[in-house]
Amino acid sequence: MKDKLKSLWQKLFGDSIRAFGVVSLVFLVSLAIAPAKNYFSEWRHYQHGYLKMIRNRSDAVTLQRHFQGEIQQIWLPELGVVDRCTSCHVGLKEASLADVNVQPFRPHPVIPHKLDQFGCTVCHRGQGAATTVAEAHNSTLAWEQPILPAKYIESSCGECHRGQLPGAPQLNQGRHLLSRNGCVHCHTVKLPDGKIMKATDDPPSLSHIADKTSREWIYAWLKDPQAYASTATMPNFKLSDDDTRDISAFLIANSTSLPEDTATLSAKPSSDPAAGASLYGESFCASCHAVQNAAGNLVGGNVGPELTRVGSKVKPEWLQAWLRNPRNYDEETAMPHYRFNDPQVATLSGFLLAKADSDLLANVHLEAATPEQIAHGKRLVSDYGCASCHEIAGIKKPENFAPELSRIGNKPVTQLIFLPGMQHTLPDYIAGKIKQPRAFAPGLKMPQYTFTTAQVDSLTTALLALNDRAATLPPSLLVVAPPESNYQPAGKAGKLMTDLACFSCHRINGHGGDMAPDLTWEGSSVQRQWLVEFLKNPNTLRPSLIRRMPKLNLTEGEINELTDYIMTVYQSPAGGRDSMPLSGYPQGQVELGKQLFYGKYACQGCHIVDSKTDKGYIGPTLTQVGSRLTAAWIFEWMKNPQALRPGTAEPNRAMSDEDARALTAFLISQKSGGKSEVARTKK
Amino acid sequence: MIRHFLTILTLFAAVLLTSCSHKTAAVPLPTPTAFGAAIVESSGGKQTAQAGTALPQPVVVQVNDEQGNALPGALIEFNAAPGVIVDPANGLTDSSGQVTTNVTLGGMAGRYQIVAYTTDKGRKRVALTIEEIALGYQQTLGRQLNDQYCERCHNPESTVERVSNFDNLEVKPHPFAEGDTLNKISDADLTAIIGHGGPALNKSALMPAWGNTLSKSDIQALISYIRAISDPPNRNAGPVYARN
Repeated sequence: MKDKLKSLWQKLFGDSIRAFGVVSLVFLVSLAIAPAKNYFSEWRHYQHGYLKMIRNRSDAVTLQRHFQGEIQQIWLPELGVVDRCTSCHVGLKEASLADVNVQPFRPHPVIPHKLDQFGCTVCHRGQGAATTVAEAHNSTLAWEQPILPAKYIESSCGECHRGQLPGAPQLNQGRHLLSRNGCVHCHTVKLPDGKIMKATDDPPSLSHIADKTSREWIYAWLKDPQAYASTATMPNFKLSDDDTRDISAFLIANSTSLPEDTATLSAKPSSDPAAGASLYGESFCASCHAVQNAAGNLVGGNVGPELTRVGSKVKPEWLQAWLRNPRNYDEETAMPHYRFNDPQVATLSGFLLAKADSDLLANVHLEAATPEQIAHGKRLVSDYGCASCHEIAGIKKPENFAPELSRIGNKPVTQLIFLPGMQHTLPDYIAGKIKQPRAFAPGLKMPQYTFTTAQVDSLTTALLALNDRAATLPPSLLVVAPPESNYQPAGKAGKLMTDLACFSCHRINGHGGDMAPDLTWEGSSVQRQWLVEFLKNPNTLRPSLIRRMPKLNLTEGEINELTDYIMTVYQSPAGGRDSMPLSGYPQGQVELGKQLFYGKYACQGCHIVDSKTDKGYIGPTLTQVGSRLTAAWIFEWMKNPQALRPGTAEPNRAMSDEDARALTAFLISQKSGGKSEVARTKK
Repeated sequence: MIRHFLTILTLFAAVLLTSCSHKTAAVPLPTPTAFGAAIVESSGGKQTAQAGTALPQPVVVQVNDEQGNALPGALIEFNAAPGVIVDPANGLTDSSGQVTTNVTLGGMAGRYQIVAYTTDKGRKRVALTIEEIALGYQQTLGRQLNDQYCERCHNPESTVERVSNFDNLEVKPHPFAEGDTLNKISDADLTAIIGHGGPALNKSALMPAWGNTLSKSDIQALISYIRAISDPPNRNAGPVYARN
């Protein structure tokens, strides 16, 4: 062995010439390493692949002209972004490569931002300065944030865009769920603009719960909220039988009674299902409340709780008190105060109480609670943070009950504990935590939600947008949300509108729901007499809608109060209400309007003027529009409907004043009574 | 001496190999108790979802025997392009001969092929290809505009929440998936019809002009959505992603 080494040494360095030759050779080789590494680099390999791919295409010449070799770079000094992704993703801007389905050569899909001004990692994350796939896409020792999976890409939109964003439905839904499902009751989410995200789910107060329901129902509900109502947003706390028993004992013992709720039944619940169904329909309860039908499908809205098994839950006394005036029990409720009379309360309560499920409470047998059980129940209620969502007399709402999520999108992976078999990335962690919160460690308090996969993904998307960059973005790059309005109408009418919960469905001055038309300019739009009649007895305006204005059983005085306020206050700045007459248009102009209606503008596609011939029912029925709307409003509407009601489905036809005036003349001649009245009664 | 060393080395290598292959080994397939003759789609084909997201409805396929009756206990395996998640990726048909699976599409807009396999009595593979549509940013925007402005006339199906106006129209509009007709209309012509209304191309005035309501990019987004959902597929619908 030693001899061999010795002879090798002799061969290489035996004399000075040999030694010089060998050393020069070694130098030469080591000098060649750098260029060779460069030559065989990954990005060059992809660029060769790209050139090979485009060679045989019909558009080869154009593509070759666009091609730039070497390392490409997009630099955004404002954001500290250096992206070299385009060194490998060479065809990003080539729309003609749309048929290519191999990466890295796919063209970028159309987005509202310019690639060379926006870079890549601003949306996709990853390490932009890297020039190898592994370093750019994955997390490395020096770079934690890997590329963002496509399904969460909208979270990057949310860093700058703080409001609703058309084109990013997942982000919108995720943000909606964060408030709607009450995540932010326990988790503080401080938005980058300093505002605290508010919940929109309004969980009921439990301070008078014994008025409303039985201990048995509370037990069944706590055990499995979704067994009572599949749509329940209340999560499952996976409580043991004993814990459930004790919490229900405490809630009942802690409840105080309201005088209205325990009043003896003034009207015996009647069992006339036909009358009940008819009143339920007329009051449009289904606009807000869902009921599971025989086929198992939910029918109805999701503003109020599902009523499929409500008869197994509520006490008759409480239900009647609630129907009479829900604001006695819950001042903030979204439910209107319907002003039902005694027979109506009897009919409706009888109808609702019949919606019972005998299986729900069949296996719940509770013995009278002991003081120890009640005390234990109270401790559990504090431990589980029930008061974060529900008002409970004697228990304070806990502060910061759960970890704050304001910067969750930047949580270092090294601080996370993953489940076995889980990918070690932040998005996977967040999604896993939402899906199975209790799996991560024994004794965790976060309850089990019933989110679908799509909902988990959208929640994850919204949470990933809460990161350092979003919080530190220069204000010039922000696209802020329109400020939230807390508009409240004034005076007696304002009180009445709150009592009737108009804002649960209607929006006025940026405040309120979106189920029914925006009333901001209602006073310019309609005629006084029509509004009075409508409030007295709402008839159908849009036959294609299933959510409609309910009959609220208002008194004459209340109707006048409301009408006066609406007519005076809710005025459009465009054109005076009385600037055009309600009748007396020349016959020729009316005729021309009719021709335009049926010919040039083909309005009968969506509207009915003559119920014998017209069929369209997308827009409101216009058989009596001349008694409903003001001429000035019709004219302005013809000129530009979106200006009056943004988002309306009626297209802007850019009409000439002459056409708009003729159509106004034609439409305003459609009065109640006369020929259209005959058609209406026939129908 | 060297022989010993070699045996130890081979043993070591063998242990290393088995431990590695153990890590990557898939969960063993369930053993089928029956073998069908054909595989058919029950529901869940041709759905649209945003690229990278889960389809709204599960995909349900059914195995039939020679008589065309549903067959329980047959093995179905699903296959799709990389990036597509099919969960579960295989399963035995239930008592009604069906396997239900949830599909999350890949991150790129285009069409995704999901292939369902089963084995017949002769141990031959029987396959069924189902196509799903992934929408990119522009198509998603187009879909929203469609929901807001177009669908109530152009979609003949009514739902509980949305009554269709299709039947009320004297001249019937084209449903947007109707590729046979719409694929023959160029992008420029579609832009003209949407922007200036039906009469711009001597079509019905019942199609109003939307050019003052929708922006140019809105109209482009709508067209890209129409092209994406076209059946048969439009040549601009984007690439097809299938298992290589």
